[in-house]
Amino acid sequence: MKKTYKIDVDCANCANKMEDAAKHTAGVKDASVNFMLLKMNVEFEEGQNPKDVMQEVRKNCKKVEDDCEVYI
Amino acid sequence: MSKKQKTMLVRILASVVLLVSFDFVPVEGWPRFVLYLIPYLVIGYDILLKALKGIKNRQMFDESFLMAVATVGAIALALYAKTGDYLEAIAVMLFYQIGEWFQSYAVGKSRRNISDLMDIRPDYANVEKNGSLKKVDPDEVGIGSVIVVQPGEKVPIDGIIVEGASSLNTSALTGESLPREAKTGDDIISGCINMTGVLKIQTTKEFGESTVSKILDLVENASSRKSKSEDFISKFARIYTPAVCYAALALAFLPPLVRMLGLGLPADWGTWIYRALTFLVISCPCALVISIPLSFFAGIGGASKAGVLVKGSNYLETLSQTKVAVFDKTGTLTQGVFEVNGIHHNEMEDAKLIEYAALAESASSHPISKSLQKSYGKDIDRSRVTDIQEISGNGVVAKVDGTEVAAGNDKLMDHLGIPYKNCHAVGTIIHMAIDGKYAGHIVISDIVKPHSKEAIRALKKAGVHKIVMLTGDAKKVASQVADALGLDDVYSELLPADKVNKVEDLLRIKPVKAKLAFVGDGINDAPVLRRADIGIAMGAMGSDAAIEAADVVLMDDDPMQISKAINISRKCLRIVYQNIVFAIGIKLICLALGAVGIADMWLAIFADVGVMIIAVLNAIRALFVKNL
Repeated sequence: MKKTYKIDVDCANCANKMEDAAKHTAGVKDASVNFMLLKMNVEFEEGQNPKDVMQEVRKNCKKVEDDCEVYI
Repeated sequence: MSKKQKTMLVRILASVVLLVSFDFVPVEGWPRFVLYLIPYLVIGYDILLKALKGIKNRQMFDESFLMAVATVGAIALALYAKTGDYLEAIAVMLFYQIGEWFQSYAVGKSRRNISDLMDIRPDYANVEKNGSLKKVDPDEVGIGSVIVVQPGEKVPIDGIIVEGASSLNTSALTGESLPREAKTGDDIISGCINMTGVLKIQTTKEFGESTVSKILDLVENASSRKSKSEDFISKFARIYTPAVCYAALALAFLPPLVRMLGLGLPADWGTWIYRALTFLVISCPCALVISIPLSFFAGIGGASKAGVLVKGSNYLETLSQTKVAVFDKTGTLTQGVFEVNGIHHNEMEDAKLIEYAALAESASSHPISKSLQKSYGKDIDRSRVTDIQEISGNGVVAKVDGTEVAAGNDKLMDHLGIPYKNCHAVGTIIHMAIDGKYAGHIVISDIVKPHSKEAIRALKKAGVHKIVMLTGDAKKVASQVADALGLDDVYSELLPADKVNKVEDLLRIKPVKAKLAFVGDGINDAPVLRRADIGIAMGAMGSDAAIEAADVVLMDDDPMQISKAINISRKCLRIVYQNIVFAIGIKLICLALGAVGIADMWLAIFADVGVMIIAVLNAIRALFVKNL
């Protein structure tokens, strides 16, 4: 399953870091962050609940870049 | 300006004012330190906090950390050396923040610019209910409903005009500024702007399946597919920043230790730590990381403005390397509609002959009859035609205004025993006999688009050195078109599957770096569009299959758009390479100068912020594609 989320982040490098963080979150098969559009596309692994996974994704993103937001 | 940007601007101005005014305050020693701490904290408190949080989360080497270490280090050095020169450290922080502010402003601005460009999303649809118009969400309109579009409004959903006539402005979709005429019975696609008359439209699709939704979806997701250059940059940034940090660490400790232990000289810690701090300031990879995706984003945005939809940065990159172009013939280089192309050996006026032919063929639904009627241009008065005999596979014999007219091929003339003249032209020949006497023939053929020849020349000029045409048509027709247009190679009488094989052959023999583009009209050439390095679909307005299968979609069916698309991609990639070389080059030079002590922190801050600003401005150039 694929979903798109709106994000807010100030710098392009931070967006790259968020992408990395999201990719390495359990339950996420693949993720890509588009800094220009401020969007995060997340592909979930089978049988995962996107809502729960996204909470983790947000937590991990906040870890690498404090000043960011993922709108779930 | 967002709220965040406004606060930042106030902070920047406040610290500048403070710094300038402190220049007139004669204090020394600790009071001076405390005084200068005020502007430093005003401008940099968030960076310091972020750096602390970064350390807590084990995320060293981010920009805030680098800036914090560099400036705190510089202040500590100034304290230690008792120079009282805090200005440098504060300036580094100040310029860093100015750079960040500028970046966020420029990115926000180009984001808005590009979304304005693609401002074709209709907000509502008018539905007539009990005699009055009601605005509803286009999502709620079902297939087959009738919607009303008033002058000045956007057509929200694809459909057929059931009432009214108007001019449509399609420039948002095609980049073509000439309005298009539409009347009752015509198909109409969403995203056009109705200019003159009220139109009633019966929808044929849901909003989500309509052209405008598909295009928006395509453009919005375009920059998600990253190009090789972008991948390169994010990998580079990942290695570069830590590498420079370790280099800085080495620079701070190794030379002094060597001097002290190896050479017996004074260690000179201050100088080397200062140089290391300079390193840290230069090490920030922002210029690269922001300018490359921004260039692609602007390039894709500029292309959409010109009616060229590119599905991803990677395709823009491939498009710029196109060296071989393979064309489908019908509908791409030729119009795909049959038209009267010549009238030969006739004694009566052309118009009269066409009139006879159109009337005689009026009962037939064959495409030939349609082209004759189109060429005639007036309404057909069926009552003038009597005694129609259609001789299948040969033609028609009928009485027009009481005169016997025969219109058909060689066989019909043989059948009627009328001597005829053969034609040298390529196409379908209709011989005409009036009152049993040969009256000349009409040539009907698919005609080459008005800009095809120019387009081929423009492609060659854009650096495409091999242009090939594939067609299912007869050899004679194919070679005539190829000669007329100046193509390098032509393969005719191909079945759709053969086209894929031919493209595969061409892919095999071309050099690896040269990319092959296939240009088709999207109808039944989807497999070839997919197989080529890059598939370009033309005249895709309203054709979903083409939008799905192609990598680049030309909204208009003008072949000139192809060279334009290639030129746009070249310009964008040129900017990308300029930025990569420029940003990495300046940084490396400044690092070298910093290591030997020529570059001070002022130069370092230029290497960081100045380069970033120049690279961002350069990236925005990709948006301007008008004169390509």
